[in-house]
Amino acid sequence: MKTIELQPNTNSLEVVGHLKFGRKRRGFIPRGVTFLAVLIILLMLAVIIGNIVIGGTPTISWEFLTHPPEQGMEAGGVFPAIFGTVALVILMVIAVIPIGVFTAIYLQEYTSPKSRITRLIRIAINNLAGVPSIVFGLFGLGFFIAFVGGGLDSLFYPEEGPVWGQPAIIWASLTLALLTLPVVIISTEEALRTIPRELREASYALGGTKLQTIWRIIIPQATPGILTGSILAVSRGAGEVAPIMFTGAAYYLPYLPTKLNDQFMELGYHIYVMATQSPDIEATKPLLYGTVLVLLLLTFSLNSVAILIRSRMRRSRVSAQ
Amino acid sequence: MSALSNTNSMKALSVTTAVSDELQPDIKFKMIVENLNFSYGSVQALFDISMKIRRNRVTALIGPSGCGKSTFLRVLNRMNETIPGTSMEGTVLLDGRNIYEDFDDPSAIRTRVGMVFQKSNPFPKSIFDNVAYGLRVNGIKNKQLIIQVVEQSLRRAALWEEVEDKLDNSAFMLSGGQQQRLCIARALAIRPEVILMDEPASALDPISTAKIEDLIGELRKHYTIVIVTHNMQQAARVSDHTGFFYEGRLIEYGPTKQIFTRPAKKKTEDYVTGRFG
Repeated sequence: MKTIELQPNTNSLEVVGHLKFGRKRRGFIPRGVTFLAVLIILLMLAVIIGNIVIGGTPTISWEFLTHPPEQGMEAGGVFPAIFGTVALVILMVIAVIPIGVFTAIYLQEYTSPKSRITRLIRIAINNLAGVPSIVFGLFGLGFFIAFVGGGLDSLFYPEEGPVWGQPAIIWASLTLALLTLPVVIISTEEALRTIPRELREASYALGGTKLQTIWRIIIPQATPGILTGSILAVSRGAGEVAPIMFTGAAYYLPYLPTKLNDQFMELGYHIYVMATQSPDIEATKPLLYGTVLVLLLLTFSLNSVAILIRSRMRRSRVSAQ
Repeated sequence: MSALSNTNSMKALSVTTAVSDELQPDIKFKMIVENLNFSYGSVQALFDISMKIRRNRVTALIGPSGCGKSTFLRVLNRMNETIPGTSMEGTVLLDGRNIYEDFDDPSAIRTRVGMVFQKSNPFPKSIFDNVAYGLRVNGIKNKQLIIQVVEQSLRRAALWEEVEDKLDNSAFMLSGGQQQRLCIARALAIRPEVILMDEPASALDPISTAKIEDLIGELRKHYTIVIVTHNMQQAARVSDHTGFFYEGRLIEYGPTKQIFTRPAKKKTEDYVTGRFG
């Protein structure tokens, strides 16, 4: 760049030609280094996914997908774990979306971004995102199960054994919701920030109240962003094991969860159990591969459904413009 | 407008503004502003402005950028309240009632003092829903009535013929000029008494601008209009009265003809003759 400033009077064409040549040669090394980094990532991904697909595909069958584990997990399938994972993620989304979206709306629409309270809340949210997931698991155990669940039991079921004060799918999904809350808040806020001021003003100018403006204009506009948040929350939540091992996931269950206070089997936890607790690791290996593949496919398909919905909404908006 | 004189709808629209005081609204003046000061934080934008806006006339506000004319316009329907950190002194009367003190809810003012913005800002909704929005947020649920008012408003905004068979299409499919007329139709649908226009044609081509100006000429039969414009010819063409703003002060205010032909103040003359600004 300096050459241009130093030689303002030389023939400009010559300078440009010279620069172009030099830049091309100098650009080769950074380009090569950065490309190498990309290559390493792609290779790793290919190895991981390739290994899982090759190892897992022979195991996957209709039987495997629709049957419970048998013979101490050395045979049978993973159906209860698939069912449990889907149920867990759905409950988590139901819990995290309203709380996350309302928090983002509060921060973005009702408080001034410069106020101390807003900054404090933002710091808290960022810290929440940095808490290790095992800590969430312990928190879920202490708060949801012992405090909330135990409290409910002593209030409503003092005679019986624990009804709510025990590991259950509701507590596991709430713990996961807490873990994924920052993701939803941040992406919703991002979406709210991009809504032009003119739209809000148009609504106010027509006699719309703040609540009507938020409900009829702002939330519909922010929906793709909210969906992005839920996609990220699902991919994060579906793969987490640590937060659910104390709060509701079961080693093995002969039945499917049908009530909110039932325990459940979950794919990630099932993988952990098979990998660490099996007496004969060689016998469970194919099943392990199959289960990992199922978890991957499930997460991908949950993601792609959400991405599909989002891109459809975006397209309708883009074509509208 | 026959459907609109339906008493139920009138009640629904005016229920929020009902005040029992017997006031004699000034026959000549729709809005009266007295000793208005306005600040954004510590920066004062308007200084001691008093202005009487005539009923069923077009009042143009002219002046160089940053002179406060848009701020003044937005004081007239309490839109400035949506910006945090602003402060205001003085009185703004609408038919004799103080819009800042006699109405608890600013949205009640805004149904009587409508607004059209510089940049057309239709909602990402259908053409129909854009016009119906104001009715719906004001609690009107009668579908027949909404359909009638949407048609009347679009007719008044001279847009009906262009959109009547595509009311369900997105408003973004319209051209820029059509979008701006849609925004005017949307403002008309809630039956305002005053319409504020903030440079409504500044982003439009000459043909669309001419259409908007014709429309303003039509609308002045029914509404009191206040229009901010950068375009001196436009002010001369459409307005009955003109106010010249400079550095937050109302320098001169009078009949448009007088402002443009024999202004009393030197500053005004310099501006309208293009010597600065």
